[in-house]
Formats: sequence, structure tokens, C-alpha cells
Amino acid sequence: MTMDLRELYQDIILDHGRHPRNFRPMEHPTHTAKGHNPLCGDRVTVYLTIDGDKIADVSFEGRGCAISTAAASLMTEVLKGKSLTEAQALFAQFHAKVTGGAVGEVAEALEEDAERLEPLTGVKAYPARVKCATLPWHAFEAALKGGAAEPVKTE
Amino acid sequence: MASVMATKPNAKLDPQALRREFPIYRNNPGLVFLDSGASAQKPESVIDGVAEFYRRDYANVHRGVYQLSQRSTDAFEAGREKTRAFLNAADEREVVFVRGATEAINLVAQSWGPAFVRAGDEIIVSDLEHHSNFVPWQMLCEQMGARLVVAPTDAGGGFDLAAFEALLGERTKMVAVTHVSNVTGAILPVERIVELAHKKGAKVLVDGCQAIPRMPVDVRAIGCDFYAFSGHKAYGPSGIGVLWGRYELLAAMPPWQTGGGMITQVTAAKTEFQEPPHRFEAGTPDISGAMGLGLALDFIEGLGRDRIRDHEEELTGYAIDRLSRVPDLRLLPGGQRRLSVLSFNLDGVHPHDVGTVLDQHGVAVRVGHHCAQPLMDKLGIAGTVRASLGVYNDRGDIDALAAAVEACREMFSR
Repeated sequence: MTMDLRELYQDIILDHGRHPRNFRPMEHPTHTAKGHNPLCGDRVTVYLTIDGDKIADVSFEGRGCAISTAAASLMTEVLKGKSLTEAQALFAQFHAKVTGGAVGEVAEALEEDAERLEPLTGVKAYPARVKCATLPWHAFEAALKGGAAEPVKTE
Repeated sequence: MASVMATKPNAKLDPQALRREFPIYRNNPGLVFLDSGASAQKPESVIDGVAEFYRRDYANVHRGVYQLSQRSTDAFEAGREKTRAFLNAADEREVVFVRGATEAINLVAQSWGPAFVRAGDEIIVSDLEHHSNFVPWQMLCEQMGARLVVAPTDAGGGFDLAAFEALLGERTKMVAVTHVSNVTGAILPVERIVELAHKKGAKVLVDGCQAIPRMPVDVRAIGCDFYAFSGHKAYGPSGIGVLWGRYELLAAMPPWQTGGGMITQVTAAKTEFQEPPHRFEAGTPDISGAMGLGLALDFIEGLGRDRIRDHEEELTGYAIDRLSRVPDLRLLPGGQRRLSVLSFNLDGVHPHDVGTVLDQHGVAVRVGHHCAQPLMDKLGIAGTVRASLGVYNDRGDIDALAAAVEACREMFSR
């Protein structure tokens, strides 16, 4: 084995994969977008309630593998209550960590949240699975941009 | 050329001995390769034969006045004759070289289709089809105002002949079905399908991708009108495939792609086209591919198609048995007759997660929808884990697969 599978499938991933948090549709979201990974069939819909500059509420629905479900669940946990700038900073750092890009620092106030996303960064050793972890984030970004008519795709 | 020393006539195949003819095993010790349904590994005779052809006999084919071009043309056309014999076709002019089964089916849909399908006509496909035998027909129907009709499988995963017969009508112009399902391994009763379709005057195209490498195929015994397959799934090079069609049908079809090599005369006013098969082979063909495909068919014939089928049938039975004993594993049904392709899901674990765990155990399988989304939708699943067999697989591979699935189950139930 090139890497201990338990590094990838840590308890927290399995837990969030099985019991995703904020897993519900939102009746009146201010922003929403769908994400689709045509390769494996993962589908996710991200809902947002933006109040001024703040993410007042965030939830998701969909079906997917343990990685993508856990990634969406953890994403909603860290995003709730954040400003849009903070959310972008968290995504930028997370994206760099899982794709092997240059990892920048986040503001001290966000360090704890960045830490919560750390278990997901094990996917970087599995190139075929990186897109599972980034799919909900891409859907989040698409929702902010006004929600495309077509689902954002990872392919 | 084919160094099929690993087997004696009439003896069972010896997969372990055969692996010595597949360099991929030498270079990947411990490999458990269960993805031949996607693409088979290549025997030394094909790899070396193609390399040697480039070293000794290569030049562009047809119309060359020099000897080297003639030798290259002979090697290329020998691939055609071997394919004819392999399919037991009547005439080598019925063998059209294409890139693969996908291109073969697109050729029929785009050449035969507009010439013979009219608004209100119907085309029947099965719900087991690979997208390559589904989408080209769907597009043709949209283009012509025809209707795509999907023939169902029954609850046991077998092709439902009675339902199919009920769908057949005077408007049915084409029936396009797979010979062996690339998802469940179900063998379709193609002879019977042809009989019923022909009674209504419909043509039949059979997608033989999964059948060609593992069972005897005789297009005249099947009675179909078109038969398509890819070389790379049959131990041959990638990039070469075959469309076999009845000569009178090919001769009545307009060219599909145009260019060099497929004309008899071009003037500013008009172009006259060659007879089949060259009419459908515009441009420089995959010369070494056709030659290598011939070597791959030699390899298969050297082992014996009956013996390959017996070997894979026996191993399929063993795999069904072994996998059925893994708790929480659900095997997709594949009807009464099935061969070499098995799909399953593990309760509570997404196929992609299973695939990653299996890979870490050195087991190569395919996960996802297998280009058969209509079937996945019908079954209400996102995808499956699929194991598929080749001549080099043995019970040890199946045991390794089952053990890895069990380890996966354990990991996800902690």
C-alpha cells in the first residue's frame, strides 16, 4: 500500500459521510447551485442564505461517495457565520492543499476552521479522488456567482 | 508468431503460464487485473509483432508502386482476411476497419441511418446498452424524427424476449443490441432477436465488444446485418476496430467520411466513390493496428475460443459463488446465461470508495456507471464496482478481490 487507507478514511470522514451535517434543502435560499461529477455520478446542491456580507445559513443535498459527502458536510460547518471574504480564503487554502498548489496562510481567526478541513487533505495522494473533495466547494462558488443554469462540473 | 506454448490442445487454459506471455505482469508483480472488459492487456506476440512490422515492412498502404508499400498493404489486408475468417463472414469486403466499436456504430447510424430511416420509424435498443450503442441511435432519431424504443431486461437481468417481441412492429427499422452486457455479463439471445426482427423487416446491429474476446462468434450463424467490435478489448492494439456488414447493405450505403483512399475519380463537378470496404475508410488507416489486430485474433484462435469461453465461464461461476458469500455485497443479476463481467455494490459504501480501497489492495477494477446510465437509472443506483475477466485471470484473482472487498467492508463498518 502506498498510503495507509485510514489516513484517507479517517473517523471524522466516515462519520460525516454517514451522518452529514446541514443535509437539508433550504426553502428560500438567496443563492444556490448544483455540482455534478460525471465521472462517478456524485451530485450535490448547495444552498446559501447571504445576509449582507455574511453567510447566515448554508446547507446541502445530494448523493455521493464518503469523501464528497464528508467534504460538503464539513464545508457547511466551517462556512456558517463567515464573511464572503473569509469563505473565499478558506476555499483557496483548502484547494491548494488538496491539489498540491502553493498553500498560503489564512488569518488567525480562521485557523481553527482550516484545521477542521485538514482530514480531507489526505485525498491529495489519490489524484482520481481530489475532485470528490472539491466538488461541493465549486458548487458553493458557483452559487455565489449567481448560480449557473447548468450544474458546475468537475470534468 | 503466436507463442501460445502455455497450452496444449484440449487441455484447460493455464492462466499462470499464460501470464508469462503478458509483459504487464512481469512489470507489475502482484497485479490483480480485473478490468479486461474495459481493455485487455497485450500479449508479447502483438507487442513484438507490431514493433517488428514498423522495423521491417512499414510504408503507407494502397497505390504504392514500390515493394515496401506492397508488403505493408499485404500485412494490412491480411488483418482484414483474418478478421473475416474469425467472424466466419462470407467476404472480406464486408470487413471495414474503423477506430473501434464506437466509430463502427456511428458509421452505421450516420450512413445507413439517414438513407433508410424516415420520420415515424422506430429503432429499438436494449436497456443494457453501452452509451456507444445508445447515443448514436438517439441522435439519429432526433435528426430524422424517428422514435427510440428501449427493450427491457427482466427482473433476473436477462433480455426479455417477450417484451421485445411486443415492441417490434412494421415501423421498426433497426434493432441495436449488445451481444454480452458490459455491466452484468448477460449474454443476449442474439440469434432469436435477429429472427424476430427480420420477420418485421428490421435490420439488426450487434455490439460484440465483450463477446469477441471470450466466445465463438459466427456472424452468419447469428444472422445479423452488422457486427461491431474493438480490437483493444480483444488483446489487440487500441485505435483499431471493425464494422462487419452484409455486403449488399454496405454497398447501398453512402460514404460517411470523405477524403483520400475512398474514391475512384474526383473532378471539380463530381466524385465517384470506391466499393466497400474502402468507401468507408477515408484517409490513411491504422495500418499497424489492423496488422496487430490480426495477431491478436491469431492469439485468441491459438488458445481456442471454446477453451477461453470454458475457462471464463468456470471462473465466472466461481466468482459469483465467492462474491455471494461476502456479507452486504449485492451482485447485479445477469440472467441465466452470463459471462466474465460482474457488477456489484457493497451496502452503505459508494462504489468509488470501494474502488479506492481495492486499488490500495492491488486489485484493479472499474467503478462508476460503465457508460450505461440508462441501466443505472433503471436500477436506481449511481454506479457499481465491476470486475471483468481475461484469459490470464484465475481463482487467486477472485479470492484477492473478495478479500479486498471484505477488508473494505470492515473498514467502513468500524
